[in-house]
Amino acid sequence: MLSQSAPKFSSTGTQATRIVGVLTIVVMTWVVISGLVFTPADVVQGESVRIMYVHVPSAWIAYLAFIVTAITSAFYIFAKRHSLGFDRVAGASAEVGVMFMVITLVTGSLWGRLTWGEFWQWDPRLTTTAFLLVTYIGYLAVRRLDGSIEQRARRSAVIALLAVLEIPLVHFSVVFWRSLHQRATILDPNGDVKMDGLMLFTLFSGVVGFTLVFVWLILHRQRTMLLSDLANQSGLDAAILARQNENVSN
Amino acid sequence: MKKTAIKTAKRRVASAVFIKDLRIEARSRVVTNQVLPFAGLIMVMFAFALDNDDVLQRVAGGLIWLATIFSLFIIVQRSFAIDTSDSALDSLRVAGIDLSAVFLGKAIALSLQLIALDIVLIAAAFLLYQVQVSVIGLVLLVTCVACATTGLGFVGTLYGGLTAGTNGRETLLPLLLLPVVAPVLIAATRATEAAFGSGGAAISEGWAWVGLLAIFAAVFGVGGSLAFGPLIDE
Repeated sequence: MLSQSAPKFSSTGTQATRIVGVLTIVVMTWVVISGLVFTPADVVQGESVRIMYVHVPSAWIAYLAFIVTAITSAFYIFAKRHSLGFDRVAGASAEVGVMFMVITLVTGSLWGRLTWGEFWQWDPRLTTTAFLLVTYIGYLAVRRLDGSIEQRARRSAVIALLAVLEIPLVHFSVVFWRSLHQRATILDPNGDVKMDGLMLFTLFSGVVGFTLVFVWLILHRQRTMLLSDLANQSGLDAAILARQNENVSN
Repeated sequence: MKKTAIKTAKRRVASAVFIKDLRIEARSRVVTNQVLPFAGLIMVMFAFALDNDDVLQRVAGGLIWLATIFSLFIIVQRSFAIDTSDSALDSLRVAGIDLSAVFLGKAIALSLQLIALDIVLIAAAFLLYQVQVSVIGLVLLVTCVACATTGLGFVGTLYGGLTAGTNGRETLLPLLLLPVVAPVLIAATRATEAAFGSGGAAISEGWAWVGLLAIFAAVFGVGGSLAFGPLIDE
C-alpha cells in the first residue's frame, strides 16, 4: 500500500546518487578517451574493434537489467509483504535494459557490417537478444495497462517470470537452428586471454562505467516512478475528498 | 480424501469450461465460417507472393505454422471477448472457482480448435503446394501437430487472459505472444519439413524438434496453470 502522505523529497537526487554520478562521469570519460585515442587498432578488425568498448558493456548491462527485473519480480510475488518498491525497481530496470539492448543491437549491427559484411545474421545470440528486446517491450506495454498500481505490479511480475521461462526456450531453439556469432574472446574456456593489456583494461573500465550508469539511472527512475504513483494516488484522494465535501455542503 | 475431492472439482470445472467453449463455437461457427477461410486465404496469398512451385514445396511447413499462429490471435481474442463482454470471467472468479481449472479447460478447447484448423491447412498444402508425405512422415506430422497445438493452446490462453478486457488488446496480444511462440514456429516448421521431406530433410531429424515442442507444452502448461489466476485476478 502506498503511503498517502506527501513525498518527503522534491527531487530524485541524494548524496549517494551524486557520488555515483560523479564516479560515472570520471570512469566514462576515461573509457571514451582510452577507447578512441590510447588503445591500438586490432590486427584483424582494424578500427572497428573500438565498437567493442560500447557493445560488450551495453550487452552486459542489458542482460544484468533483465536479471534484476526477474529477481525483483520474484521478490514481489513470493515475499510475504508485496512491496511496491520491488515492482518499481523491476520496471526501472526493464526500461534501462531495453535502452541498453537497443544500443547493443545497433552497435552489434554496425560491427557486423564492418566485419561480416552484413548488418544482420541469424545467429543464436543475435536472434535471442532481439527476441529478448521484443519480450521486454511487451513487458513495458503490460506495465502501462489500465488498472491499479497493485494490479500493474502483479501482472508485470508474472510476465517477467514467464520471460525467464521463455528466453531459454527461444535460445535453445535458435541454437539448434544455426550458430555464427564471434566466439568468446576474453572468457576463453582455456583461460587464455588473447587481448592487448590496455584494450582489456579499457573494456573492463567500460563494464564498470556502464554498470555505474545503470545504477544511477535505476536509482533515479524508481524514484520518479514512486513520485508518479504518489501523485496519482493523491490526485485520486483529492477527488474523493472533494466529492465527499460536495455531499456535506449539499 | 480432501485432495481427491479438490482434484475431482478441478476436473469438473475444466471439463465444464472446455464444453462451454466448444459449444459456443459450435453455435456461433466463428472458427469454421471466419477463421478457417482466413487461414485458407493466407495460404493462397503466400502462393501469390512466392509464385514458384519449388519454393512453395520447400517452405510449406513454415507457411502452415505461420497461418496457424495468425489464426491463433483471432481465436484467442474471440474466446476471451465472449468471456469479458458479459463479465463471465469475473463471475467465475467471484464464484471462487479454481482458475487453473478454467485455464486448462480453455487451453484444451483452444488446442482442439487449432487441431481442426491445422487439418484443413495441411490439406490445403497438399492441394496447393503439392507436398507429399510417407506413412512414417504422417506419424511424425500428427505428433508434431498434437504437441505444437497443445503448446499454442496453453500459451494463447495465458496471454489471452492477461490482455482480456484491456484497452489495445488487439495489438498487445501479438506483441506479447509472437516472441513466446517463436520456438513453436521454429520447431514445428522443422518437424513438418522433415515429415514432408522438404529440401531433402530426413524424417528422423523431425523427432528432436517434436521433443522441443513437448518441452514447450509442458513448461507453459505448468507455468500457465500457476500464473493464470494472478494474471486475471482483479
